[in-house]
Amino acid sequence: MRTLRDRVGAAAPVFGVLLLLLVAIAVVNPNFLEPASLLAYLKRAAPLAILAVGQYFVIVSGEFDLSVGSLVTVQVVVAARLIDGDESATVPVIVLLIGLGLLVGLVNGLITTRLHVPSFVTTLGMLLVLSGAVFLWTGGAPRGSLSESFREPGRQGIDIPGFGQVPWSALILIAVAAGAAVLMRSAWGHTLVATGDNDRAAALAGVPVERVRTTAFVLSALAATVAAILLGGFAGVSAQVGEGLEFSAITAVVLGGVVLGGGRGSVLAALAGALVLEALFTLLNLLGVSGALESTVQGVIIIAAVAYAARRAGRRRRPPAVPEPSPQPA
Amino acid sequence: MTLAMAGISKSFLGVGVLHDVDLDVRAGEVHALVGENGAGKSTLLKVLSGVHQPDAGTIAIDGEERTFANPRHAQDAGVAIIHQEFTLLPERTVAQNVFLGREPVRRGLVDTVAMEHATAALLAEIGETGFGPDAVVRRLSVAQQQVVEIVKALATDARIVAMDEPTAALAEHEVALLTDLVRRLTARGIAVLYVSHRMPEIFALADRITVLKDGARVTTLTAAELEPPTLVRLMVGRPLSAYYPPRATEFGDVRLEVRGGTAPAISGIDLTVRAGEVVGVAGLQGAGRTELLRAIFGADPFTAGDVLLDGRPVRLSSPRRAIAAGVAMVTEDRKAEGLALAQSVRENALLVLHAVFRRRARVGAARTRDLLATVGLRSAGEDQEVRFLSGGNQQKVVLAKWLAADPRVLLLDEPTRGIDVGAKAAVHELVREQAEAGMAVLMVCSELPELIGMSDRICVLHEGRLAGELPAGASEEDVMALATGHGVPHVEVPR
Ligand SMILES: Nc1ncnc2c1ncn2[C@@H]1O[C@H](COP(=O)(O)OP(=O)(O)OP(=O)(O)O)[C@@H](O)[C@H]1O
Ligand SMILES: [Mg+2]
Repeated sequence: MRTLRDRVGAAAPVFGVLLLLLVAIAVVNPNFLEPASLLAYLKRAAPLAILAVGQYFVIVSGEFDLSVGSLVTVQVVVAARLIDGDESATVPVIVLLIGLGLLVGLVNGLITTRLHVPSFVTTLGMLLVLSGAVFLWTGGAPRGSLSESFREPGRQGIDIPGFGQVPWSALILIAVAAGAAVLMRSAWGHTLVATGDNDRAAALAGVPVERVRTTAFVLSALAATVAAILLGGFAGVSAQVGEGLEFSAITAVVLGGVVLGGGRGSVLAALAGALVLEALFTLLNLLGVSGALESTVQGVIIIAAVAYAARRAGRRRRPPAVPEPSPQPA
Repeated sequence: MTLAMAGISKSFLGVGVLHDVDLDVRAGEVHALVGENGAGKSTLLKVLSGVHQPDAGTIAIDGEERTFANPRHAQDAGVAIIHQEFTLLPERTVAQNVFLGREPVRRGLVDTVAMEHATAALLAEIGETGFGPDAVVRRLSVAQQQVVEIVKALATDARIVAMDEPTAALAEHEVALLTDLVRRLTARGIAVLYVSHRMPEIFALADRITVLKDGARVTTLTAAELEPPTLVRLMVGRPLSAYYPPRATEFGDVRLEVRGGTAPAISGIDLTVRAGEVVGVAGLQGAGRTELLRAIFGADPFTAGDVLLDGRPVRLSSPRRAIAAGVAMVTEDRKAEGLALAQSVRENALLVLHAVFRRRARVGAARTRDLLATVGLRSAGEDQEVRFLSGGNQQKVVLAKWLAADPRVLLLDEPTRGIDVGAKAAVHELVREQAEAGMAVLMVCSELPELIGMSDRICVLHEGRLAGELPAGASEEDVMALATGHGVPHVEVPR
């Protein structure tokens, strides 16, 4: 008997906003509605959307992952240096990147859950460690170059009859979205949300809380790896490629109505939040607003979105005066 | 001061919770408000105290009509409410809590001395000597915290005090302290509106009783006109047997055995529970009852000693291990430990299955639906978030969650706290049924008559040790003698 409204629940506004923005873009630029430019939009949005999905797992479990931006940079820089134009190195390097992603996620998760360091601190530390390592390794300017096959997913596409050329990014995004949606409906997904809502009750109900949270960090780091591969191809190699992406991802998740602190919100809404953010940038760009304003816009949005969520919740439960960045088990 | 509420109606998102309720409380009177879980008692109190605004109806104090847009308005008008959930700040002192938001100020700074003096005076006035104004709330017992709530109400010069299940979390002897305190309030001319599910204290305290059913007032009668069975019939709508379900006549093999169980608050506990047996654990607050259950469940595991399930030694080092081995535990504090409040009834009821018995989650959905029906859950549907349920209904969700796991050993810590008489009887029957099907049940319950009524055997703890075991039907005096350390020393029962 669940109505659509119930299902979409708190997420509904984000889909509405997305629709509105797309319409607005189409008004300014009627060409936008052509499949090719819609697909190009999806392609641009894909890395952030994938990061948002990863960030969602962490946030809904009651934590934060601030390390994804610098992880993306590390992955791209490492790939360029190790591949250095050598086609045959592509696959081994991708395997290595995945391994590196797993490792970073695991370390984030284990430090947070086993050493009881708030994830805000753990992943902020990881951010600094990773960006320091990149700087040390590159001396400021990344060396080497990516192979053509490495760049393919980020810039090329595949001909699908009826759609023309569909970017790999878009297809990968759809696969990630489908995978995440299925995961959230699995038993694991249920335990993840319960952990974010009340980790004491979850642990007493037999949820392996530490393992569940660690897995969330690993998924976030893997999402960063996929995003890095797409961005490497799409944006090229630079030591700034992942800069600020952690905040964009968190903004996207919050825009999707996912509550900071955990326990509420859907993964598809978080993904839609990323699409909203990208659409907004597209619109501002079309209107001739300087790209330099992007971070200002994001800052305003994240505060507004959290305030909006607090207002809705505040009807029944007063929001804490200081939003806890990361509730830790006692 | 007299309070008159007339024609109060309230609905949430189109669902009617209160319908045209009239209620008046006179100065110096205790007016008890009773009814099943979800009948609307807490909601009525929240309307009175300005937390919710009524859709219709009036509130008059001394004949003068008032509207309370927020709790502060109600406070200023002399109305104080002690909520079903605690609202104290655990890390602050008693005085800071009592004057929260109304701190006396001297030269721009909070006048701590004045605050503590005033609090000390209030504590003395009600005869509380167990703690002072500078005690940190977290360190107080639940009963003492309840006293702080009351002092907080008095400090606002409240003339009308509404209490929502103030004794739900109290042990028997603490209840006596609280009822004394309520009598002292009425002696000062304060009007008390009192919500409770516990019959003895209702009849001990109340001058008049109003019964609420499905959000409407059934009747208001003087306590003298009523007998407990009549009141139960008015609340539940049908007569209810005053008896507990019959005890088992024979038991199976030993399912749960603890040998020399030792943990920080308990030591050297030997205990067995057979299949089909309900064993009660009695003891005063702090005797180690909850600790014993938590240790068996692996939440705070034993530091020494052995646990055997069906004769085989097991190491239950975490709740997850214990659950996988067939142990379930209904914890005492449903808000902090029992529920994920922002999740739906269904999510909560299925959590154990999702976490540990993934394969059974699908089949479990139908089973939990049956269980929820058996315990008489009242909700807007399985999709409703549990934080919107009434306290008693939340407890029913916790029970269903654990029974859905079909455990071999069921540990119950205050399983019927806050649930109404009808549902209590249903839970008792359910526990018996499960025991008959071969489950071993170990139960902690602060209401002695209930513990005695349900148990096939009672283990009494005193200061972390087993003070003795009593057979079914032991008297309250026997239990209390052991619990206070005056009983016969424990004699090893030969195996
Ligand atoms: N904020 C809310 N939003 C939606 N429904 C609510 C809200 N508050 C209460 N309800 C519903 O109103 C009904 C009455 O709840 P209330 O808490 O008043 O019951 P109660 O009589 O105090 O029960 P109990 O004995 O279990 O404490 C319940 O069905 C509950 O689900
Ligand atoms: Mg209530």
